[in-house]
Amino acid sequence: MTTPTPKVPEHGGTVTEENVENAIELKEVEGLSQGRIVFRRFIRHRGAMTAAVVLVGIVLLATTSIGWGPIPGWWDYTYRQQLPIAQAGGAPTMGFDGGFTIGEHPFGQDNIGKDVFALVMRGTQQSLLVMTIIGLVASAIGIVMGAIAGYFRGRIDNLLMRFTDMVITLPIIMIGAILGVLVGGANPITLALALSLVTWTSMARLVRGEFLSLREREFVDAARVAGASSTRIMFKHMLPNAVGVIIVNTTLLMASAILLETALSYLGFGITAPDVSLGNLINEYQTAFATRPWLFWWPGLFIVTIALCVNFIGDGLRDAFDPRQRRIPSQRKMAKG
Amino acid sequence: MATSVSSRAGSDEQAVSAAPVSPTGPRARLRSSGPMLAFIGRRILSSAIVLLGATFIVYMLLAIALDPLEDLYTSSAPNKEQLIQQRIDALDLDTPAPLRYLSWLGGAAQCIPAAVGIGTCDLGTSWVTNQPVTAMLSTAIPSTLTLITMSTFTAIALGITVGIASALRQYTGFDYGVTFMSFVLYSLPSFWVAVLLKLWGAIGFNDFLADPRISPPAIAGLALLGGLIWQAIVGGAAQRRAVVFGVSALATAAMLFFISASGWLLDPSLGIVVITVLGVAIAFGVTAVAAGLRNRRALYSALTAVALGAALYYPLQYLFYYAASGPMMIGLGLVAIASGVLIGWLWGGPDRGQSMRAAAITALFVAALTFVDRLMGVWQVYSSSSRIAGRPIATIGSQTPGLSGDFWVETMDTYTHLILPTIALILISFASYTRYSRASLLEVMNQDYIRTARAKGLPERIVTVRHAFRNALIPLATIVPLDIANLFGGAIITERIFAWSGMGTLFLRGLNDKDADPVMGYFIVVGTALVVANILVDFIYAALDPRIRVNA
Repeated sequence: MTTPTPKVPEHGGTVTEENVENAIELKEVEGLSQGRIVFRRFIRHRGAMTAAVVLVGIVLLATTSIGWGPIPGWWDYTYRQQLPIAQAGGAPTMGFDGGFTIGEHPFGQDNIGKDVFALVMRGTQQSLLVMTIIGLVASAIGIVMGAIAGYFRGRIDNLLMRFTDMVITLPIIMIGAILGVLVGGANPITLALALSLVTWTSMARLVRGEFLSLREREFVDAARVAGASSTRIMFKHMLPNAVGVIIVNTTLLMASAILLETALSYLGFGITAPDVSLGNLINEYQTAFATRPWLFWWPGLFIVTIALCVNFIGDGLRDAFDPRQRRIPSQRKMAKG
Repeated sequence: MATSVSSRAGSDEQAVSAAPVSPTGPRARLRSSGPMLAFIGRRILSSAIVLLGATFIVYMLLAIALDPLEDLYTSSAPNKEQLIQQRIDALDLDTPAPLRYLSWLGGAAQCIPAAVGIGTCDLGTSWVTNQPVTAMLSTAIPSTLTLITMSTFTAIALGITVGIASALRQYTGFDYGVTFMSFVLYSLPSFWVAVLLKLWGAIGFNDFLADPRISPPAIAGLALLGGLIWQAIVGGAAQRRAVVFGVSALATAAMLFFISASGWLLDPSLGIVVITVLGVAIAFGVTAVAAGLRNRRALYSALTAVALGAALYYPLQYLFYYAASGPMMIGLGLVAIASGVLIGWLWGGPDRGQSMRAAAITALFVAALTFVDRLMGVWQVYSSSSRIAGRPIATIGSQTPGLSGDFWVETMDTYTHLILPTIALILISFASYTRYSRASLLEVMNQDYIRTARAKGLPERIVTVRHAFRNALIPLATIVPLDIANLFGGAIITERIFAWSGMGTLFLRGLNDKDADPVMGYFIVVGTALVVANILVDFIYAALDPRIRVNA
């Protein structure tokens, strides 16, 4: 269903949205670049925009509050300090006490007086860092693998794809845990790089598929006739045409990366004490669930929110890049129309 | 992390040796068996090489990552040097790791003849427990399978049903709701959900059971929620929605009130009346989907099956009392299906197949209801027994130690241990099945042959069930084997949280004890299952979709 048939006018509340989409299509004629068109479509995707705003908010909160590396933040405590317990049992001070109040320890304190807000912010920083590195590095590996396999085909393709199959055969949690033991935890950057070595496979397969079809197109022939080298054709001519698939898959990869990192940290093979990650916070505090539930809820909520936002952004990007996904008039509507 | 595993295995455009990529090269249709055999042969060979390579990678990584001498370095024993030397000798650590891999491989290779009964399989020995790995695996695999089979099949059935319903109601409130839900479930970390279920859900429910009264505000809230969900599912015009909302909200409220007032949760039962009423409803539902309500013979066959089930209710209670066992229950299920088929056949008519199908499915449902009813009968005995002490939902292990009872009590005990891990696992894999089946059905509904089917005047039921649904299942058929292969790997995280001693526990213990052989044993099982599933997927795809050709 790739032929752009004229849109069937629909009934009820969808009319305006149809017009909006038509308007976007018309803008295409106005001479906007591909990037602008995609950007406009993305902006109009309500769920994805909300998710993007929330995610930016979380990133800002996590980086500015307790600071990043040597740069100090505006929050009074660090995640290592042991403070006097402010409320009974270290309960959260945030709440509605004649108007919304933040208080001294909005997320509460743990049993030895550490500020949970600072801990969660530190964990969020680490998890976001690991997520970003895995997303970028694993995508890069996958793109190069897939591009070479799809462009050169034949024996190289066969070899690379069998290698990809081999990596896919390794169950992700198993190999992640083994790599976690290997790099010895603690340093999130090393951990992320190690995990990137096993999470690139789906990207490689997707890019290979794209390249297999792209290399049959005329512009590739034109470039070759003009004397462009293979590298130039692959990365200057073909790669920009596969960018939609790549970006969407990168976001999805990031969403699963944060779940992988937190799960490994939970099992004790990811980021380990004394450093802090959202996963190992949950592991450390799960036994205190009955007495101090806030120790358990906050890190979990942050993981869910981040993963959800990234997934929604990926969904919005998919819709923005793939205008072929149109509304299908339902049988009832067709009967009415 | 079931999500990431399945998306890794599933999102690729399957091992595409089946897709017609290159325009050159000899090709043959699947129907002629020669090229197919060659294709399978080649596929098995390349998979074997892939698996060999993967085991080598894992073995080397383990050799680097795990140091079995670690605990001895810090030991204060006077004969420390001697102990270290002993262990080096025992584990052959002076031999370079690649050579050790070869000797491991020599043992593992014996598993292939051992599978047909020649020789013995040797996957090494755990140096911590001195147990052969094969023995460890033979207890771990069944335990994992009991844990995961039920959740996988429930997730598949539920996910496909909800996904299909959501696709048929595209861009309605229900569809948006399901989409949002599946995104949330997709983003849930499995360990968090499992801990939450264990520490909050189970303990909360057990506390609630001490005094199982539902407060009026809770009843009202749940009734409103039920009404909202039902009107979203049924859909249609505003008036119809309002009626559905009212009726279902009232029904929910009445049911909850009854449950609360009668203390049903302490001593639940269905009884013959409820079974019959539910059975008739199921008969109508199954007939509507499988044959259409216009097909009277099919409807009567299904209703006859319900009547037979109701008539056998009391005789079956005697059977349940005097002789009950697992195989017998499965046997009874098969008898139910067979009698359904017979009923359909006896009703006859030009389209016997439909009647037989409708009656058989209905009979199976009625049999299941009868089983559940009998199981409910033992609930009170079970939860008030001294070992359980009124807290029936278990959070740890696979059975209550020291509990004695008949078949029903033991079955109940198994189920109360299974329920939490099962819910945790369902919540996670349910989302991806919903997404897949929704996308797949929408894709099919967009095809020209659907328009043709509608244009020639087929009823919507036949268009949906026969033309669309069957074709929508083809891409799903390629995900399910991979998911089932992942079953053998167990849910590492879920097993750990619920202290279930299956494959996941075997793996984690091996890794924590610096014990490489059990980890290799774990991987060889999971890796083989995955590779076999991949071959199966290619084969299923080529067999189901005639458009796919095989490159020989």
